[in-house]
Amino acid sequence: MTGANRIPGAGRLTPARTARFTFDGKSYNALEGDTVASALLANGVHLVGRSFKYHRPRGVVSAGPEEPNALIGVERDAARQQPNVRATVQEVFDGMKTISQNRYPSLSFDVGSINNLLSPFFAAGFYYKTFMWPKQAWKHIYEPQIRAAAGLGVSPKEEDPDHYSSRYAHCDVLLIGGGIAGLSAALAAAKTGARVILCDEQPEVGGAMHYDKSVTVDGVDGFTWAQKTAADLAKMSNVTVLTRTTAFGYYAQNFVALVQRVTDHISKPDRRLPRERMWQVRAKRVIIATGAIERHMVFANNDRPGIMQAAAARTYLNHFGVAVGRKVGVYTANDSAYEAAFDLKRAGVTVAAIVDCREKPGEAVLAEARSLGIEVLTGHSVIDTSGKLRVAGMSVARNGSSAKRNIAIDALLTSAGWTPSVHMFSQSRGKVAYDAESGSFLPGVYAQDCLSIGACNGTTDLQATIEEALAAGELMAKASGFEATGKVELQATNAFQWTGGMSGAAEGAGEDTTVKAFIDFQNDVCAKDIRLAVREGMHSIEHIKRFTTNGMATDQGKLSNLHGLAIAAEALGRGIPEVGLTTFRAPYTPVTFGTLISHSRGELFDPTRKTPMHALEEAEGAVFEDVGQWKRAWYYPRAGEDMHQAVNRECRTVRETVGMFDASTLGKIEVVGPDAAAFLNLIYTNSWDTLKPGRTRYGIMLREDGFVYDDGVVGRLAEDRFHVTTTTGGAARVMNHMEDYLQTEFPHLNVWLTSATEQWAVIAVQGPKARDVIAPLVEGIDLSNEAFPHMSVREGKICGVPTRLFRMSFTGEMGFEVNVPADFGPAVWDAIRAEVEKAGGCAYGTEAMHILRAEKGYIIVGQDTDGTVTPDDASLSWAVGKKKPDFVGIRGLKRPDLVRSGRKQLVGLKTKDPNVVLEEGAQIVADPNQPKPMTMLGHVTSSYWSENCGRSIAMALVVDGRAKLGQTLYVPMPDRTIAVEVSEMVFIDKEGVRLNG
Amino acid sequence: MADLATRTLPLSGFHGGSASASVSPAAPASRLSLRAKPDAVASLSAALGVDLPTRPKTSASSGSRHALWLGPDEWLIIDETEADLLTAAVSSGVLHSGTDISHRNTALFVKGRGAEATLNSGCPQDLSLAVFPVGACSRTVFGKAEIVLMRTAEDAFRVECWRSFSPYVSGLLAEGAEDSGH
Repeated sequence: MTGANRIPGAGRLTPARTARFTFDGKSYNALEGDTVASALLANGVHLVGRSFKYHRPRGVVSAGPEEPNALIGVERDAARQQPNVRATVQEVFDGMKTISQNRYPSLSFDVGSINNLLSPFFAAGFYYKTFMWPKQAWKHIYEPQIRAAAGLGVSPKEEDPDHYSSRYAHCDVLLIGGGIAGLSAALAAAKTGARVILCDEQPEVGGAMHYDKSVTVDGVDGFTWAQKTAADLAKMSNVTVLTRTTAFGYYAQNFVALVQRVTDHISKPDRRLPRERMWQVRAKRVIIATGAIERHMVFANNDRPGIMQAAAARTYLNHFGVAVGRKVGVYTANDSAYEAAFDLKRAGVTVAAIVDCREKPGEAVLAEARSLGIEVLTGHSVIDTSGKLRVAGMSVARNGSSAKRNIAIDALLTSAGWTPSVHMFSQSRGKVAYDAESGSFLPGVYAQDCLSIGACNGTTDLQATIEEALAAGELMAKASGFEATGKVELQATNAFQWTGGMSGAAEGAGEDTTVKAFIDFQNDVCAKDIRLAVREGMHSIEHIKRFTTNGMATDQGKLSNLHGLAIAAEALGRGIPEVGLTTFRAPYTPVTFGTLISHSRGELFDPTRKTPMHALEEAEGAVFEDVGQWKRAWYYPRAGEDMHQAVNRECRTVRETVGMFDASTLGKIEVVGPDAAAFLNLIYTNSWDTLKPGRTRYGIMLREDGFVYDDGVVGRLAEDRFHVTTTTGGAARVMNHMEDYLQTEFPHLNVWLTSATEQWAVIAVQGPKARDVIAPLVEGIDLSNEAFPHMSVREGKICGVPTRLFRMSFTGEMGFEVNVPADFGPAVWDAIRAEVEKAGGCAYGTEAMHILRAEKGYIIVGQDTDGTVTPDDASLSWAVGKKKPDFVGIRGLKRPDLVRSGRKQLVGLKTKDPNVVLEEGAQIVADPNQPKPMTMLGHVTSSYWSENCGRSIAMALVVDGRAKLGQTLYVPMPDRTIAVEVSEMVFIDKEGVRLNG
Repeated sequence: MADLATRTLPLSGFHGGSASASVSPAAPASRLSLRAKPDAVASLSAALGVDLPTRPKTSASSGSRHALWLGPDEWLIIDETEADLLTAAVSSGVLHSGTDISHRNTALFVKGRGAEATLNSGCPQDLSLAVFPVGACSRTVFGKAEIVLMRTAEDAFRVECWRSFSPYVSGLLAEGAEDSGH
């Protein structure tokens, strides 16, 4: 048995296929294809949650994604717990656990419901008024308390074990919505050969035919026709049909984001399947066929469990075979609710009465009600309801009269009319227009290549909808370049054409300030709250929305927006179009973070770039640091060493014997062409004409403003070929900078740039024994000082493979940088490593590299410079060609501010206590006893313990630094003040003799 | 000095894919980044033995040698037999720039009925046969990496990327391949 309220013979589910699930620990049977809501209703469970603010008992209101009340937690296992799932959308699977939310200790007895009694104190705007003072309390008391009380569900604590996928797709025509309009349009478009994607949020297409079983298309039952049509479409090679797929965002140039729920309905999903798949669709044309959403009636206590949309009750009966009550009342301003009464009556349910606030309902439905023997009270309203955890009665009065009649019921179906779903159209930046005749906002001015059809376009007649859809499908395919070869024709019939509809408060909503006539169930916003907002001076609908929080819950006001607007318009004494509609924003329905992230997690969150020798360094025990996307060996601790000891050993070893270092991440750009030198003359401050092939030079690159942008060593391989190196972090932007100038400022030059960063593995060998280390491996290059002096480059072989061998140094020791094609890097590293071992050397990491270069006063652009440093500030004036007529930054360098005295200059700092290591970034002052705020002279840019110097060393930018050599300055720290002496930047081998070994 | 140095390929040991799309590393190849002006195209084509394409998103192949259009003055030349492309280009005698990038790039093959969907897990381009036919190529993005994509058959693509991006590209391709069958 799958519930006492399951009507034999009703609905489209298969009775033999059942699933078991629990709700708040109690076990229930369901049919395959049930939603949690339909299964609970089948079992007579209407109470499914507590409201957000007042903790009022709430039941299922809808049968779709607009559901404001039935938000539940769905649990598969400990890590798979999804809060705030709409029970009206979530399909039941065998073994699923569900729980209610926002209640303690239980759903039927919730202590939070005290808020309902205290509700006079929680009027709209309550937070803004109450928590204003004392100001301090907001941060420490109010906000933490409110945050604890806020929200409905509880997020899972464990990492999400599911995976999500993403796919880009292109099509000629995208159809959003698979109701009769969407399917008809898809048929017409697909027939032309155009590429069509049709998505629908429900498990099965059919849209309104889920509830309206009176529809026939070409003589076939409408729902059956829809399934067959979708199946036929899916078989076509130019069509993709996606069910359980919600279009949630409509962006520029017809870029539409869809989320496909792949496994949430499956009991034991194939673990290879993603839980959800995001589709990012670029469509030449979009057809929006999103239908309409039924509004509830706004009257006193209209939120009791058992009170729901009339069409939802039809869906539960006609699709799921579930009667939502045994004695139902209907309260309506629209003909459509009559059909709910008819369907239920025919299924054997008692219909207590149809209460219609209109004097003149549609004649056809009125006649049908009479023939079925249903009492119809026209010109009457439901002014109140009774019942604790489920509606038990309704109070009915003639409009304008106070005489009440109480009618016992166990469900109340309401309809105030239908709101066209213009969400996607509005997201496309189209402008909606108010249609007074239907009392709804309809697509007005289009901003993108899309078209709305059917109910979301205000078209209500069935055959008219089909004609509109077929024409749209053909038109949009044609606009994408596909000509129709023949007409698609469809004939459809249904039982009734509906009339009526209203928005805003009905008779029973009361004029006073205490009646709770809900417009927004999820955020507990009542008609009175909107009126209060207007009384408090809110005139803009956007202000009213934020003051009352109407439409700001997870359902984004799918039921409430128009009601709120109508009540505001009435209170303001203005027309609805003058008050205007709030903006629709993505996502249409909530989307999981997993889907938005899709593949970008774990290893694939961001590319992790490793050098060719990474595995060897890892095997040697290297600790790596992140430098942008790169992993670089930071230091190589040996057994028993901490970082400090390892780095000290590495620094000492390089100066005493030899060290090897992976420099592969340095940016490399090959500059080729007859004008290569001319180009470099313009890009760098240095002069390159005089550089002979086979020689290298340190170059400085400025921005237009005259500040240092990058530096590096450039080798001339041939008259027309240079090997440029850049900083690791600067590689990509320097390439772009150079390409930008080449294409926009110097297009007359015959020169081309190619990134060669990853072509070469680079192994720096530095130290007195560097030559001894590489000599046995190198072929065809004379390594002597005379033949291969400092700042040279040669091409030859090492370990039998081609190399560009640089004689250069970033340590101040004699050094070589071995460039080999990257695949050979590991083998050459191994060979050099063996020679280094023999020489008593070691591998060193980036930390030692930083210290070794600081000992020599070599700057690191980006650490010792910060984009406000000129070559002169960094004592690099020697690298600026004085006779050069032009280079990037030459005019910037002449700006008054760049040549004035009193600029900050890069100098060395030595702490008076050699054991104290300054903090990088620490500020420098002349007099530590001056009143605060002190005059800052500059800051420390680099600071290290130098094992080779036996003391700490630092570099700093200091006002007039070079004029302060030998002076004592101070570095105030929170716990003490450190005295320092301004020094030169070179701490070791000032004469540079070690470079020559 | 004998040839001591052996090659270590960036994707050695990698295999991935699914029943619908296989993802496998390509063998080493020689590659040339070729830059030249229009007047040099004919001579370079003759010297390289493959007609440099001049229309966007097109490539030309001659045996195991491929020329991919990347820009109005830029081609990626790939030779699967590791022939010396730099010397061949120089033999044209016309103004150009050639840079050896054989080791900068590495490549993967994606093959199978799900190949298109595999690529579309991270590549926003329209890869349908009508728009991206056999021989079409493009420097484009795949997730957060830059790739050069070439369609080698109706159900097969060659994906070139910089070597340090290959773990990312192959990893994302593997996930895309897994998803492509569903």
